[in-house]
Amino acid sequence: MTTMMSPRDFALSRRALLRGAGALVVTIAAPPIGGTGKARAAMSFGAAVKPRLMPDELDSFIAITADGHVTAFFGKMDMGQGVDVAISQIVADELDVDYGRVTTIMGDTYHSVNQGGASGSTAVQRGGKAMRAIAAEARRVLVEEAGKRLGAEPAKLEVNDGVVSVKGNAAKKISYAEILQGRYFNHKLKWNKRYGNSLYAEGAAKPKKPSEYRVVGKSFPRTDVPGKVFGTMDFITDVKVPGMMHGRVIHPEKAGARPVGYDAGSIKHIKGARIVHEKEFLGVVAETEWDAVRAARALKVRWSDGGKPFTEMKDLYAHIRKARVIAEKMDTEKGDIEAALKGAAKVVRAEYEWPFQSHASMGPACAIADVRADGGTVWTGSQKPHFTAEGVQRIAGLPKDSVRGIWVPGPGSYGRNDAGDAAMQAAVMSKLVGRPVRVQGMREEGTGWDPKGPASVHFARGGIDAGGNVVAYEFVSKGFDRQDVRSNESKPSDNLAGQQLGAKLNPRKFFRSPEDTYDIPARKLGWQVIPPFLDRYSPLRTSHLRDPLGPQIQFACEQFLDELAEAAGMDPVAFRLKYLKEGRDRELVRAAAEKAGWKPRVGPRKGQGGKTTVSGRGVSYALRNGTRVAVVCEAEVDKRSGRIWARKFTVAHDCGLVINPEGLRLCLEGNVTMALSRTLFEEVQFEPDRVTSVDWASYPILETPDAPEAIDVVLLNRPDKAATGAGEGATRPVSAAVANAVYDATGVRIRRGPLTPERVKAALA
Amino acid sequence: MAKEQRIRLNVNGRPYSFRTDPEMPLLYALRNDVGLNNPHFGCGLAQCGACTVHVDGVATRSCVMPVGEVRGKKVVTLAGLGTPEKPHPLQKAFVEEQAPQCGYCLNGWIMTAAELLAKNPKPSDGEIREGLAGIKCRCGTHMGIIRAVKRAARAMAS
Repeated sequence: MTTMMSPRDFALSRRALLRGAGALVVTIAAPPIGGTGKARAAMSFGAAVKPRLMPDELDSFIAITADGHVTAFFGKMDMGQGVDVAISQIVADELDVDYGRVTTIMGDTYHSVNQGGASGSTAVQRGGKAMRAIAAEARRVLVEEAGKRLGAEPAKLEVNDGVVSVKGNAAKKISYAEILQGRYFNHKLKWNKRYGNSLYAEGAAKPKKPSEYRVVGKSFPRTDVPGKVFGTMDFITDVKVPGMMHGRVIHPEKAGARPVGYDAGSIKHIKGARIVHEKEFLGVVAETEWDAVRAARALKVRWSDGGKPFTEMKDLYAHIRKARVIAEKMDTEKGDIEAALKGAAKVVRAEYEWPFQSHASMGPACAIADVRADGGTVWTGSQKPHFTAEGVQRIAGLPKDSVRGIWVPGPGSYGRNDAGDAAMQAAVMSKLVGRPVRVQGMREEGTGWDPKGPASVHFARGGIDAGGNVVAYEFVSKGFDRQDVRSNESKPSDNLAGQQLGAKLNPRKFFRSPEDTYDIPARKLGWQVIPPFLDRYSPLRTSHLRDPLGPQIQFACEQFLDELAEAAGMDPVAFRLKYLKEGRDRELVRAAAEKAGWKPRVGPRKGQGGKTTVSGRGVSYALRNGTRVAVVCEAEVDKRSGRIWARKFTVAHDCGLVINPEGLRLCLEGNVTMALSRTLFEEVQFEPDRVTSVDWASYPILETPDAPEAIDVVLLNRPDKAATGAGEGATRPVSAAVANAVYDATGVRIRRGPLTPERVKAALA
Repeated sequence: MAKEQRIRLNVNGRPYSFRTDPEMPLLYALRNDVGLNNPHFGCGLAQCGACTVHVDGVATRSCVMPVGEVRGKKVVTLAGLGTPEKPHPLQKAFVEEQAPQCGYCLNGWIMTAAELLAKNPKPSDGEIREGLAGIKCRCGTHMGIIRAVKRAARAMAS
């Protein structure tokens, strides 16, 4: 049913999520950031009023209701990979309560502190680490309080599903719920004074040893699946706010063009439709969604000549090669690379190319903003609702901390997609019309106007001595900036509306080097960044796209490893085992190879000469923020059509401690399949004055006929190692595993992505 | 725009009547005039499937279907296909396989697969893959979706 909600109603509606009547107290009493905790000094443990929502308050993270239900408030969010489940598992373990007693609530700035939103696959790695320490502290203070009530030393107490009892005398007991009686802990934490991903807070408690976990390590289903499958869950697109108007943004057909005039009469026939215009920002609002769509189509606009900011598509890589370098860094420089290359018996050189890619979320972004004179609310599908709220506050010129951000699940995001732009567009429109405005893009905005993953060229050189040892390895990427707009959406320069209102594009001037994982005597790994094509409001501005720069760098460096292996007369698996520095990585590559039934050979597979469909296998490895992944791809190539079918993947995955094995397997399948789509199909098309990839026909992605037959996952669970991320690691090695398999099958090395049928066919001709 | 007209249609077993532009796509009517929160707008071009509903039993992309053309017809959406209490076998299977991630695409997969299984109760792997071609999932959950469709087919056959 249609959901009508004011900010207050929204909080109330969340009751459904919070099992237990006592939860009502928790949600309603939660003050906004910047609210004043009353008479805090006078309160002791078990306060009736919730302390201010700050990271140094235990109540900002954990609540226990009068019926014993536990709510964890988490300042990150989930895109359908079970982050809330993992956090609930961690909290349940540390609190010694059953998993079913815990609910994790995410992404509302009234209910959680800014832990960075979804960012770099750090939900468990960093957010989970903090939540573990905080839950452990909650248990400690509850047991301490129980000790006072039971007249026993905390050391003599044990906890079973939230009931504290005296060891050996189970009758002497008191539950968490009885201790707190629906009140608040009112207990301070030691906070590291940071917000975002690096926020960390803890108390005096020592978290459990991995051997003591009962909930972590077991599989639990996601909480959001039934609501999605039965069509009962609200997405961001389903939020309706009383009095809201529907808005649509008007983009120029040509990049770089500015609106210089419009014909208001052209939408006069649409009742209630209005133009919203400030500086270069132009949109329409109407009372109904269909009228807004019609008005956006009907409005006649005169645009300035934006010139031709881009190159011809075919000249993209030539442009990158010759473009001016505005920033560079060699992250790894060991030994004398030039001397080593000079002294080598054999030198191998190769260059690789990767295009702009789009987030292309399933639906174009949607947001609702309600900007008032003294504050506001934004409903957003953004990965970073806390920063989005800050961005709305800035762009609408509101007082600090006066905007509430409410995350509602959106149509995927995969990094900094178009969601942040929609939120700011809605805020500008709401400010101009004085009513809440819901903005939703059309398909063109999700594909044509989202910020893009950057295009790049990668230069590699390797030297091999007379004994077949690699003595030199150089790998330098040159490409567009990784973040013309930052993932953190809090500044006007980081979104389209802000740039239209005058904020200058502020590129980060940063790229990435491959991880330094191979022990080659002389090595140099680095990057160079070139200027953006267009310094404002560009459909080719760049941002983080799932595993930022991972697929392109790995496409290049892990193919080059295979090229070096062949030149050195070695099998690709044996080659990696020889040069990988860490035993943990070698074990991982061995696990993937064994599971896949890898048969060693040097160079491409022989004896398929007369066949139309040839098959091959390729290996690739990646390290990403502590997570290690090795992938074997078995692929078939139809030489006539150029079609690649990546029939089977074997994925060995080591992210330290595994929290939820089944959830992890499904997450990895998604990583691999999306990465396969980017490897085989995805390339943003453009002309000198516009992006022409604007829908699914002009930006095709993988469909079921091209999905693999199987993705075998080998989880290397290492409970003694801290849990690292899983949302992107397996995205990284896929592109090279596929390309290496194609080489094995055909003997042809394709160094430009994506491996479309046309490109493969041309390469084989 | 054509002149507003009265549109009567049946959605998920209930009659609805409202005045609107008959050229407006059915999707907008379902979301805003009928007040349903699914299906979803994905592309408005019949390229992705996120808006798929059944019109008299036929999987239809509601984002390009003028509402005037479904006058008097029976529309079933994902929420009308089954409920948590009385799930369609596909819905049960999608939950059991934990198939979706973001889930925005599900209307396309489940409503199209429902029609597929109604016509071909025992599809082969290839028939499922070909039958669901053209539907988009950006999260890359195709493996789980194919497993779920096979699971539902088995359940419906037994």
